[in-house]
Amino acid sequence: MSVHVRFQVNGEVHELDAPDSRLLIDTIRYDLGLTGTKLGCGVGVCGACTVLADGKMVSSCLMLTAMADGSEITTIEGLAHDGELAPIQKGFIKYGGFQCGICTPGQILAAHALLQDNPRPSEDEIKEWMMGNLCRCTGYYKIIESIDRTAAGEV
Amino acid sequence: MIPFELHVPTSVDEALDLLERFGEDARPIAGGTALVLLMQQRLVRPEHLVSLGQVRELQGIEAGNGTLRIGALSPHRSIETSGVVRSGWPLLAETYRRVATVRIRNVATIGGGLAHADPNQDPPAALIALDARVGIAGKHGRRELPVEELFTGYYETCLEPGEIVTHVSISRPPRPIRYAYLKFLPRTADDYATVAVAVALDVDDGRCRDARIALNAAGPTPIRAHAAEDLLKGQALQPELLRSAAATVPAIVDPISDSRGSANYKRRMAEVFTRRALEQALA
Repeated sequence: MSVHVRFQVNGEVHELDAPDSRLLIDTIRYDLGLTGTKLGCGVGVCGACTVLADGKMVSSCLMLTAMADGSEITTIEGLAHDGELAPIQKGFIKYGGFQCGICTPGQILAAHALLQDNPRPSEDEIKEWMMGNLCRCTGYYKIIESIDRTAAGEV
Repeated sequence: MIPFELHVPTSVDEALDLLERFGEDARPIAGGTALVLLMQQRLVRPEHLVSLGQVRELQGIEAGNGTLRIGALSPHRSIETSGVVRSGWPLLAETYRRVATVRIRNVATIGGGLAHADPNQDPPAALIALDARVGIAGKHGRRELPVEELFTGYYETCLEPGEIVTHVSISRPPRPIRYAYLKFLPRTADDYATVAVAVALDVDDGRCRDARIALNAAGPTPIRAHAAEDLLKGQALQPELLRSAAATVPAIVDPISDSRGSANYKRRMAEVFTRRALEQALA
């Protein structure tokens, strides 16, 4: 069986018929071709597949496409506007938060959601919020610094 | 992902009809953070999923007449950030804040968590310490029972086939309680606890009028520490008494050995963390 889904992805309305069991990450990557969203653990732990649903971060590997019906999804491809990177993206480049790249789309979307929720987070607040986005190659100092400096407007 | 047919009812009655029609082949789904995982791992293979996400009656958090009512579909994050919950039932807000990560808490619901009945999760001990009740709806009517009575075994509840959780309700304590939720996390901050303890104490002039203590991750269900509570009630809460109360805990817990520690170790830690939770509540 399939379900008719209508939702916005990065500001653009999409309508499609998805199998009932289609996961959001597969719709995003294979039906919409937005491969910035990465599949890491596939069990909601690592945060690589983070997207924003109505501004709230979710694991797209655990979400049924049908459950995104009517919502506004933001993927990493939707943060830049008219070729201009969002402040948090600039921050990750300037302060070295952009590491090997696999966890980066999820890290940036999580950081973006944090700064929407709390524009000037303390280091502890950054750590608590970002706890669900794992980096397995380098570490977290540069990611935390990128978020802190972006919040301070130094990008 | 295994194939299944998704149904999206908009009322409790419609959801119950669907669950009755498809019987054992159907499962209700709320946020999906637990069920989708079980399905991906082929541990559960429902042919029909009844999504509760569009059922308005199951949504929302409200407080009136000294009672808090949390709709079953309320995401963990909404409980943690609710002004009403934070001011009137801070133990609950603080406990929900300790579950997994913000991303999971945005989606995982209070009703889904209770129905899932994973004994390692955080909310049940706090809900039991607060004497919370869980509302249940089925084709044969509605009922409400103490959260403590919901759990019957490892991932098992007294929910009958076709029944769903509708809400959780908690009365406001007559006086502000002293409380703590302590979670022993030797590995990572987003892990399940090795053991965890919730305590709620009604203290008047240094004397304990009432005490409720419950543990997570210490057995097949959340466990209420009755013996410890009985030792504290009516007594002056001296450090030695807290130690004696905690010492009753190893005999009532029933942990399993796993990657978070051996059963013996967890039994010892259950005592240590009960004592610390009592001390923290009174600090």
